[in-house]
Amino acid sequence: MNIIEIDGVCKSFANHKALSNVSMQIPEGSVFGLLGPNGAGKTTLIRIINQIYAPDCGTITFDGHQLTRADVASMGYLPEERGLYKQMRVGEQAIYLAQLKGMSAAEARRRLHYWFDKFEISEWWNRKVDELSKGMQQKVQFITTVLHEPRLLVFDEPFSGFDPINANLLKNEILELRDKGATIIFSTHNMSSVEEVCNRVALINKSHKVLDGEVRSIKQQFKLNKFDLAFVGEYNHVASIIENIADAVEYNQQGADCEVRGRLKNGATFNNLLQMLLPLAQITRFSELLPTMNDIFIETVNNSQSFGNE
Amino acid sequence: MNKILVIIGREYITRVRKTSFIVISILGPIVMLALMFFPMVMEHYETEEVRLIAVADSSHLFINKLPETETIKFVYLEDADLNKQKERFKQSDYYALLYIGHNVVNTTNSVCIYSNQTPSMSLRMHIANYIEKRIEEGKLWARGVNPDVLQSVKTKIEISTVKLSADGNEKTENFVLMEVLGYVLGFVVYIMLILTGNMVMRSVIEEKSNRIVEIIVSSVKPVQLMIGKIVGVSLVAFTQFAIWIGVTAAIYITVVSLFVAPDVTQLQSTQQLMQASGSILQQSQPAVDDMTIKLHDAMGTIGRINFGGTIAAFLLFFFGGYFLYAALFAAVGSVCDNETDSQQFVFPITLPLIIAIIVMVNTIQAPDTQLSFWFSIIPFTSPIIMMARIPYGVPYTEIFLAATLLILTFMAVAWGASKIYSTGILMHGTKPTWRNIFKWIKQK
Repeated sequence: MNIIEIDGVCKSFANHKALSNVSMQIPEGSVFGLLGPNGAGKTTLIRIINQIYAPDCGTITFDGHQLTRADVASMGYLPEERGLYKQMRVGEQAIYLAQLKGMSAAEARRRLHYWFDKFEISEWWNRKVDELSKGMQQKVQFITTVLHEPRLLVFDEPFSGFDPINANLLKNEILELRDKGATIIFSTHNMSSVEEVCNRVALINKSHKVLDGEVRSIKQQFKLNKFDLAFVGEYNHVASIIENIADAVEYNQQGADCEVRGRLKNGATFNNLLQMLLPLAQITRFSELLPTMNDIFIETVNNSQSFGNE
Repeated sequence: MNKILVIIGREYITRVRKTSFIVISILGPIVMLALMFFPMVMEHYETEEVRLIAVADSSHLFINKLPETETIKFVYLEDADLNKQKERFKQSDYYALLYIGHNVVNTTNSVCIYSNQTPSMSLRMHIANYIEKRIEEGKLWARGVNPDVLQSVKTKIEISTVKLSADGNEKTENFVLMEVLGYVLGFVVYIMLILTGNMVMRSVIEEKSNRIVEIIVSSVKPVQLMIGKIVGVSLVAFTQFAIWIGVTAAIYITVVSLFVAPDVTQLQSTQQLMQASGSILQQSQPAVDDMTIKLHDAMGTIGRINFGGTIAAFLLFFFGGYFLYAALFAAVGSVCDNETDSQQFVFPITLPLIIAIIVMVNTIQAPDTQLSFWFSIIPFTSPIIMMARIPYGVPYTEIFLAATLLILTFMAVAWGASKIYSTGILMHGTKPTWRNIFKWIKQK
């Protein structure tokens, strides 16, 4: 079941095209990474999902029906550039933002106390936002995003500006929300966070979607049969065997221990390599090296640029 | 709709709770009334002190003749040598030294007051009036006119203005009072339009520059946020007016009972005294009558001003103008990243207000000219010019026409402004051009 289906969406502004014919499906319960370089159109797509912009063409389906204004109550959005009213008290402001999402003040207050306790910021309830540290403001912003228990959460560059401790806290909270059944859309170009939390991604470049799918299968699709090997022995004893079956070999001899990385030649398998090595060396480690999302990102963007440049 | 109410609530409460709002609410009327009452209060204290004035009269025409009042007393000096008396005056306790030259009858500048303070206008007038009158009488006497005859032929004319309306009703009017009222109403509209418009604009810029706006428009439509903001600020202005009227009334009543009332009773007792003494009555009666007539006239005009109607018209035109200009200011705020950027757009939208205030000066003098009429109908200037005309009486058809045009213009402007606003609030970094802004209005 897809919570969001985007079909043929395009959007232009006065001076440029932000999205051209973009389609993607976001399954319910997934953590969906929306990737792309700056200016690719990620934020525009997110704003369309949040109904801040209307698309010029195409349709958006939410939970099986055409996206309507009422659906914003089922969504939580943490924009990349986010702020709060500086002169307003923290608690009042959180209640205000919750009311705009359609909650009653009493219900908002009840749930806020739970979250404020959880994040240990209860004593800041009556302070003005101005007096809060940046990290604390981020906690407040996160709370106001998730308070109404939305089914779909949209985070635009959520980790930018967070210190490592808060970033980790945020990551764990996001995973907890996923476990409770929420669907999460992430827009980011921080690839390590994508690997850690996303199970699906879509890559947008220059207003076009250039890649999408499950993280695992994308990695398989982009794999280059690279391996990482460690054994006890001299590299020179096995050098001819390895270089016969693999390219781009790098090794690192540390006393009796040796580490080798390389890429299999066409047709060769890991089993071939291991069978030849087993009689000669005591193998301590062997693993397949899958491409990182960062590699895939750079490769895809560069490729799409080389043919996409009209 | 519910969300708009939530927005209105926030916009209203955050402003009304501010110290600056409370200070302006209370200080505004105090300053206004202080300016009005200051001369009155000053006079009240000034009159306490009796001023002794030494008179050196080298013409010998006025010795023991200058009329004294409760606070002005004269001491006539034997020796009228100016230089000697000036020296002596330095050591004396006299308030001032009045020197009357020997040729006072034929020259205009031979009377002089020496003092180490600045003698009040009323003191100078008091002396000058009497000396003039005496010399005139003397001259007439010299040509054979009896002062009694002079007294009996004295005539005074006050022109009262009566407005004839179409239905044949007659209204006596006090023009000074209407001028003042017209000025005050026009100016209050002008100042409040600029103040509240800026309030809306600053608030839009604040939301845009601290980036909370994107969070809010993911919950409500931009146009809802704009409406909520404009309505919220309008309620702030309304509250401000209500407090001003309340505080003004309270202070007015207090001040009147403290300072003015004793004077009135004093006046009555002096009158009784004068009636008792009889002889002075003949002289002073006409003056008292004059004053009572004028006062009565002014009270009559105040009484005839349709306060309910004026307040209703004020609210109608102020809020009509407010919604029109607030929409414009909101649009300006939405296209600017900070207040400095806003200047180039603020000027064109405040220009009609500035023109209106210039035209108003003319309107106050001549409320029924073509100029005044048209500017009181044109929506961008009507809130100010119509308010300046209202105390003089404006036909209902004209008020209706102006109000209708104002409301229609407001709706058109608000529509365009909301388009600009919806796009503008999410634009950062790029400095908007007029061309781009018109594109935003056109896009769906």
